[in-house]
Amino acid sequence: MSATAKAVGAALPRAEVREKVEGRAQYIADLYRPGMLHGAVLGSPHAHARIKSYDIREALAVPGVHAVLTGDDFGDHRMGAFIKDEHAIAKGKVRYVGEPVAAVAAETEAAAKLAARLVSVEYEELPAILSPEAALAPDAAIIHEDVASYFKVFDTGSTANVCSRTSLTEGDAAAWDRCDVIVEGRFATQPQAHVSLEPCGALAEPDATGRVTLWSANQSVFRVQANVSESLGLPMAQLRCLTPRVGAGFGNKMEPHIQPIAVKLALATGRPVKLILTREEDFEIVRARHPFKLRVRTGALKDGTLVAREVEVLLDGGAYADDSPGVLGYSLFMSPGPYRFQYRKASGTLVYTNKLRFGAFRGFGNPQVSFAGEQQIDEIAARLGLDPLAVREKSMLRPGDKWFGGAEVGSNGLEECIARVKAASGWAKRAELEPSAPGRKRAMAAACTAHISGLLATGAIVRMLEDGSIVLNTGAVDIGQGSDTALTQICAEALMVPIERVRLASPDTDGSPYNWGTTASRVTYTTGRAVVAAALEVEKQIKQHASEMLECDAADLELRPGGRVGIVGVPDKAVSFFEVSARAHWARGGPIIGHNSLVFERPSVDPKRAIAVGLPFPQIGAFAFGALVVDIEIDETTGKIEVKRAWSAADVGRAINPLAVEGQLEGAFVQGMGLALNEEMVWDGPRLANPTLMDYKVPTALDSPHEIHSIIVEAPEPDGPFGAKGVGEIGINVVPAAIANAAAIALGKRFNALPLTPERVLRAMLGK
Amino acid sequence: MTLALSINGRIRHVQAGLSDTLLTVLRDQLLLTAAKRGCNQGVCGACTVLIDGRPQRACLSLAANCEGAAITTLEGLQRDAGMARLQKAFTATGAVQCGFCTPGVLVSAHALLSHNADPRTDEIRAGLSGNLCRCSGYRKIAEAVAEAAKEAKP
Repeated sequence: MSATAKAVGAALPRAEVREKVEGRAQYIADLYRPGMLHGAVLGSPHAHARIKSYDIREALAVPGVHAVLTGDDFGDHRMGAFIKDEHAIAKGKVRYVGEPVAAVAAETEAAAKLAARLVSVEYEELPAILSPEAALAPDAAIIHEDVASYFKVFDTGSTANVCSRTSLTEGDAAAWDRCDVIVEGRFATQPQAHVSLEPCGALAEPDATGRVTLWSANQSVFRVQANVSESLGLPMAQLRCLTPRVGAGFGNKMEPHIQPIAVKLALATGRPVKLILTREEDFEIVRARHPFKLRVRTGALKDGTLVAREVEVLLDGGAYADDSPGVLGYSLFMSPGPYRFQYRKASGTLVYTNKLRFGAFRGFGNPQVSFAGEQQIDEIAARLGLDPLAVREKSMLRPGDKWFGGAEVGSNGLEECIARVKAASGWAKRAELEPSAPGRKRAMAAACTAHISGLLATGAIVRMLEDGSIVLNTGAVDIGQGSDTALTQICAEALMVPIERVRLASPDTDGSPYNWGTTASRVTYTTGRAVVAAALEVEKQIKQHASEMLECDAADLELRPGGRVGIVGVPDKAVSFFEVSARAHWARGGPIIGHNSLVFERPSVDPKRAIAVGLPFPQIGAFAFGALVVDIEIDETTGKIEVKRAWSAADVGRAINPLAVEGQLEGAFVQGMGLALNEEMVWDGPRLANPTLMDYKVPTALDSPHEIHSIIVEAPEPDGPFGAKGVGEIGINVVPAAIANAAAIALGKRFNALPLTPERVLRAMLGK
Repeated sequence: MTLALSINGRIRHVQAGLSDTLLTVLRDQLLLTAAKRGCNQGVCGACTVLIDGRPQRACLSLAANCEGAAITTLEGLQRDAGMARLQKAFTATGAVQCGFCTPGVLVSAHALLSHNADPRTDEIRAGLSGNLCRCSGYRKIAEAVAEAAKEAKP
């Protein structure tokens, strides 16, 4: 590895971009197999009910129907990332409206949908629990009667409708006594839908031995394999999970959606079965961002120094645990933000309700806690008459500081992030900004954040083919964010070969090394590390061959740009990778294959510094940092907030591909703007009232500012691949907080609930 | 019933029911899958195709109503110079992420540039406002369209 290679840091186009701009990229709905059947599901009309009986006779009589399955056809197997509480299909009970209760495979999609509607299910209705407060009521109906006996991967503390609870405390509560100013508030955030443009879907094909090949829209072929295996009681080795192109994820394709049902239909019929969710089903039965209720208290000295913070949250987890315990734990872990505090306490409860499961969504709980915490820092600054960014700078974590609980932070570019957004936005002159028209108010405000990028296990295999070209295989699914390109760049840089000489194998549970998933901003950092290590293994083997071919010591050899290896200081003594690999394949040693696997091992918490109860992830870290400034205008007549400009700085360690980094920051900003201003899933009683894109509005090109300025800060992570850290989520975390801070400056009113719709803004202005 | 549809300059005979949409026919019968089904409700724009030169939602267009019209999908624009400029600009600008919205966005952008060769940024954004993208935040898409327009100038 040397500074002369050029792949890392280059703003290269996507490896797969050509097929995408030509319309040839194949997503799950674009796959067709010979003899393929179509699947459909019937959703529950009730939020909470016991299933008494099924009558499938009418459904079976529909011409073209091959199979009609209900919970009776599925064994008592449960899946779940943290708590194994979920069947592949409702069995015994339904726990939310829309939950699949029956599935059909038929010759056509129309026949399958018709037959699904003709399945008759007799229910005995139970009281529906539609809020976390109702779930905690002493006489509440119990959603999971057997929660105590479910298998759990950590100490969840599950009891009655409590799914899990977590707390983390560091420091001495006496710190509150030293505070000159204390702000305290209650906050609430709303459920947000992912709205990946591609709805979820799966295509399962059994072979004659009963082994199933499963393509699906996913963020991890390995999580698909694990979930289908658990929920159907099949050995993992009976499943081969693959991925077509994925039309974005943002978290909703990380854990299972419809894959287990598609596999069961394929096994029942012996035919390939494709099941693609409608947009409405995608809204109703996949997952969504958690609504949070928070109580947050922050204290500071009169010079602005932050001293103490306490955060208490209540999360609605919906009907199944899914990733919720992780979201609870992570949100608490991140709740103090990137600041020094003498005392920090964070605790929370996650409860089951009779709603769609809530789960992973870009930010993973961080946007919700940041909405509260970052507003309180502005409140303290306002009370003390200080510059809100100066307050942050005074107490920000500095290089060498540990995270809440004692985790090693690694590199820390927060100071530069703040300096860069200040300079770029004209922060010092923000008070001079004029509204663009009469009847409008304008304000500029900021917020800061951090996010992890190291988590769980991953692997990489780097193979040199006979001609010296390279195939990289990591099992990491590119969900559109660009990891295929970034990992290819890392590999090309490590071996100093032109980028075209490295191709990426498509994730395949049969042939790829394990990769936990494309989530938690982890692929570039965590998988990138494995790629570098595997490439280093290849380099060693290349040098071993070359030392024998050139009759020198391997230690005297260097890789040279363009796929050559030669003796240091002797320019004409070199052999090509082609010659080396041909020798390895046909004469000596065997094919060159480098591999590496790793699990992120930095502890989340130092038990000597902090007390943790029910923390679901013992090892997490490699922190990226971010700072955001927004310039907004509010129409005083309509209450509509318009974001005019934004400056989003992120410390990504090293930008492997600056174009892709900008793409993440810009896209995250607009998705965060949707969360801040208008997106909200609304339930009418037990039923989701707006499961369509007509009624659930995401930002369009006209709603989004053209001036989103991405600022890349590079504080290299010591063990990151060429110094890189993650960037997938950091750009969304404080968008709602920064916009709320600006609204508070413009209107003199604080907002403690999202989204900041025109109605909510008008009510605040009118004092109602 | 059998329909004769003019698709990408060729007459294609397809079997379609009265309620079958153009999108279903394109995708399931002709395997022209560039147009995507994102919402099937005419909101997301991922299924945008040209019908007699105008961008239309294939998911809201009944196949039976399309007889006699010239239907052009992204597949049919592969040799079009204007589309080539757009594809090049989308590639270089980083306007493509997951790519699911891309075919619809490209068809809309092509239609926009064919009646406004030199659009301002706000005109580009208005022209693309019927195509949702959840990945990009739209900035790079708008830049790419501007870039393609610039390239077209003599």
